[in-house]
Amino acid sequence: MDTLDTSWSTATEIARAVAAGTVSAGAVIETALARITQRDPILNSFTAVLAERARKRAQAIDLSHVKGETPGPLAGVPFAVKNLFDVVDLPTLAGSKINRGRPPATRDAVLIERLEAAGAVLVGALNMGEYAYDFTGENIHDGPSHNPHDISRMTGGSSGGSGAAVAGGLVPIALGSDTNGSIRVPASLCGIFGLKPTYGRLPRTRTFPFVASLDHVGPFARTTRDLALVYDAMQGHDPDDPVCAERAVEPTLARLAEGVAGLRIAVANGYFRKGAFPEVHVALDRVGAALHVNRDVEIPEAPRARAAAYVITAAEGAALHLERLRTHAHDFDPAVRDRLIAGTMIPAALVNRAQKFRRWYRERVLALFADLDVILAPATPCTAPLIGQQTFILDGTEQLVRANLGIYTQPISFIGLPVVAVPVALDPLPIAVQIIAAPWREDIALRVAHALETMGVIAVRRSTVDEPEGKGISALGSRSG
Amino acid sequence: MKGSDPLSDYIEAGGQLFELNIEPAWNPGVRANLEVIFRQAMLFMTFELPDDAEPAPIFKA
Repeated sequence: MDTLDTSWSTATEIARAVAAGTVSAGAVIETALARITQRDPILNSFTAVLAERARKRAQAIDLSHVKGETPGPLAGVPFAVKNLFDVVDLPTLAGSKINRGRPPATRDAVLIERLEAAGAVLVGALNMGEYAYDFTGENIHDGPSHNPHDISRMTGGSSGGSGAAVAGGLVPIALGSDTNGSIRVPASLCGIFGLKPTYGRLPRTRTFPFVASLDHVGPFARTTRDLALVYDAMQGHDPDDPVCAERAVEPTLARLAEGVAGLRIAVANGYFRKGAFPEVHVALDRVGAALHVNRDVEIPEAPRARAAAYVITAAEGAALHLERLRTHAHDFDPAVRDRLIAGTMIPAALVNRAQKFRRWYRERVLALFADLDVILAPATPCTAPLIGQQTFILDGTEQLVRANLGIYTQPISFIGLPVVAVPVALDPLPIAVQIIAAPWREDIALRVAHALETMGVIAVRRSTVDEPEGKGISALGSRSG
Repeated sequence: MKGSDPLSDYIEAGGQLFELNIEPAWNPGVRANLEVIFRQAMLFMTFELPDDAEPAPIFKA
């Protein structure tokens, strides 16, 4: 026992090995903690490591194994959460300095409870962009997270630490949140899988909010099987999140290998083909070709949708932080502060109109799914920019990095469609494609992702964070299962 | 005399009304963000919707 090196193991492999007694949960957790100690000084993905809690939980799992009790589907799997999830005995930072003064949480976020009930082991809380108002993964209080494929580059945000921790092999599973792209952008820049479920699918109970109208929570993983496994463990209604839908659990893992035969798939054109670096088209064309896609679809009025999401975000974010802006203005990241102050001054008529447009747009986009099952679209307009990079040249003009990283994600999350971001392992840096399905059809998006992974078209490239220099040159080390 | 730069006046008034204590050094950043917000808003404000268009969120009593 305990000879298995689980450093880069998937959650599925770990759970099987622990259930079989090949490795103890304790050994798995020690390996994870050692990797975090060794590699996180480079990645800066963790803001809190919960070694004692994790060891205690692992011990309990090993004891229950000795007693012959049935292990959970995630027995012994280490995971970490974006630091806007409540964790017992930690103040919920949400990437801020201000929240350091909050009393510690007295109860875990509901998704942590569900994952631990399935046997997973929480090992820590992860770095993020301040108050989630971020697409870069940079944070002036805790420092930027570093992209494991090239540590001079950003992870993307706001779930930057989540992207780095999974792509860097510190944990096989992490949780993040996505309001306008904060799971999909780091999934793309870090080259891993990310699932933003349907709005209202997974409960946000005991997470620090950003924009109630648009906030989603979801997982990151290095394989589609892991993504489905973790997603299934987290499903279920929770009345403590008023937005959480009263839907029965709809398991996806058993359906993962059903293939793509008969699925009607199109590539988003127009807006989703503009303003992109060449790698975007390479990735999208590669995925489309593998799926034999021969049709395009226009998502109507996508620029207006993005604009409406932008204004709703600005208004609701500002409303949430109004009192903090009055009392702690100097403790914000100045860039976030100025955005929030501007948001306090948006006339209500604009926000009301944005919500009316949202209903119009939802109806038009859902109509597309009458004869389509999946829409493919880019996740980000570029591969990972350098940390601190302010602008890039897009379509021949200099544009702001921060404002443009979410151009393809915002029109989709605006109406809560489920999306799996799938990594295409381009050289030298990865980039993701969004697999978009109709509401509540995460199973279809995951099936398509799994088929692409099985074909070898998409893969998580093992990052070089283990190599002494750790920059840019990485080896294919994808795993399936 | 006020009125020559409505956006600056708006920001200053808003800051006072909401007790935000906006420091002069912050004004360019706040202004730049508000300009973007208003520019973005024009995209959907100019989109025709009927009077009976319902907002997306629905409240149930």
